[in-house]
Amino acid sequence: MTPAEIRAAVIDILETIAPDEDLTNLDDTKEFREQMELDSMDFLDIVMELRKRYRVQVPEEDYENLVSMGSTVSYLEPKMAGIPAE
Amino acid sequence: MYDSIIIGAGMSGLAAGIRAAYYDQKVCVLERHYTIGGLNSFYRLRGRNYDVGLHAVTNFTPPGAKKGPFARLLRQLRMTWDDFGLSPQLMSSISFPGIELQFDNNIDLLRSEVSREFPSQIDNFDRLIESLIDYDDLEQKHFETSTRERLEQLISDPLLIEMILCPIMWYGNPRERDMDWGQFCIMFRSLFLEGFARPFDGVRLILKKLVRKFRELGGELKLRTGVSKIKVENGRAIGVILDSGEELTGLNILSSAGAVETFNLCETEENIHAHTTGQLSFVEAISTLDKYPRELGHNKTIVFYNDSEKFHWERPTDDFCDIRTGVICTPNNYCYDEKDGDLPDGVMRVTALADYARWRNLDKVFYPKTKNNWFEQIQASAIRFVPDYRPHVIDTDMFTPHTIHRFTWHENGAVYGATRKWLDGTTAIKNLFLCGTDQGFVGIIGSIVSGISMANQHLLVRS
Repeated sequence: MTPAEIRAAVIDILETIAPDEDLTNLDDTKEFREQMELDSMDFLDIVMELRKRYRVQVPEEDYENLVSMGSTVSYLEPKMAGIPAE
Repeated sequence: MYDSIIIGAGMSGLAAGIRAAYYDQKVCVLERHYTIGGLNSFYRLRGRNYDVGLHAVTNFTPPGAKKGPFARLLRQLRMTWDDFGLSPQLMSSISFPGIELQFDNNIDLLRSEVSREFPSQIDNFDRLIESLIDYDDLEQKHFETSTRERLEQLISDPLLIEMILCPIMWYGNPRERDMDWGQFCIMFRSLFLEGFARPFDGVRLILKKLVRKFRELGGELKLRTGVSKIKVENGRAIGVILDSGEELTGLNILSSAGAVETFNLCETEENIHAHTTGQLSFVEAISTLDKYPRELGHNKTIVFYNDSEKFHWERPTDDFCDIRTGVICTPNNYCYDEKDGDLPDGVMRVTALADYARWRNLDKVFYPKTKNNWFEQIQASAIRFVPDYRPHVIDTDMFTPHTIHRFTWHENGAVYGATRKWLDGTTAIKNLFLCGTDQGFVGIIGSIVSGISMANQHLLVRS
């Protein structure tokens, strides 16, 4: 997956987790929690959905990498490079 | 071998099951009763539908709300606001002799009522609201402090304290007389800062949606499948033995059976918490009417009444019931959708405090007689606070603490469970966790959130 494809995959996960959020103007440099009503349970779901959909494991000590879209995509890039886009 | 075995197909067990199944676990929910629901169930009698437990769904927030337990559970269960089919209440009241505080799903009404009846207390009331702990900040050490002491520091009129405590204790206090401050904060938010609602079709709608979701995700629901033992080896739960003798093994076991009830299933010495068994149980006198309550001049959704200035929240020790205080629920009085129209009949449900042991010890002859006797007394108590509906009654039913115990196996028929809560859901036995009433959240939304959060923490994260 390219970074753009990874970003699209994360957007799809966010839409599943928080269907009421409008993600069209999501700023990749800002933290998710500044732009969306996401609580700790929702954050856990990002990790769980990555595991469910792409078999990508995010250990607890790496959760801090998932604060914004930008940092999430760079963190996932090496882990998802070998996964074909859908 | 299951990834997760869940005991009890009530709101919390089913919600936990949905979370586990959604994330591809092999999961089963075991229920001893022949139907789902646990403490919030339903039945049909002489052609009419009845709810058990549900007076109102608390924690109601409108569509689009992103905060609060209801919005959170919708996201977590991947369900929509419309799935719950909730219609908000009309208006409710706290009714004491000669004084009444009305409230609805907007705190402004209650504030204006407090400032009219207790003009010197409105600032104190606002301070109380500001000092409530947020849901996410509840910790065991603050949770168990005395609510009465906190309220006495904040509010100087004892009558207002009693009037605030009445509905809050009625809707979720497992302790007698006083209440855990954490539990009070949860309940205050869910009743007054969020609100009441009800699905037109009652609690069965919510339960059926949960079961459908669980099954679609591949979860197994086994009814008439009681657990007689939890198998423990070297301090670790490894499976369950069913009433039939069959054994199931699982990596984790999540029990909504109640704390004491769960420990009693374990083949260990862990009965140390037996003294925390709840003592509070209820009777409910349900009347079907030939008119709608509003035709009799009754427009309130719920009336919490108490017939003196002091509110007594304790198990009756010298009789079957204590009818000084009660809750009158009128399921007709919600803002239902026009397309649904009205419920088929007018209904008045009155709940009173009751003593489990006295009801349990009755024989087959005296049990129905005692029920009839107390049905009359409860109605007579209630009509001091609502119009006299007795001439319009065309059918009745009544449940007692004995009924609650018979169908839920909760000790003492204690609807709100043990007097202490296991907020983190862990037990002294590895791989055995608690959810539901004894984990700390009560009510329909509360128990669903309990199932979700315990599944997240104990069934999913570590696996």
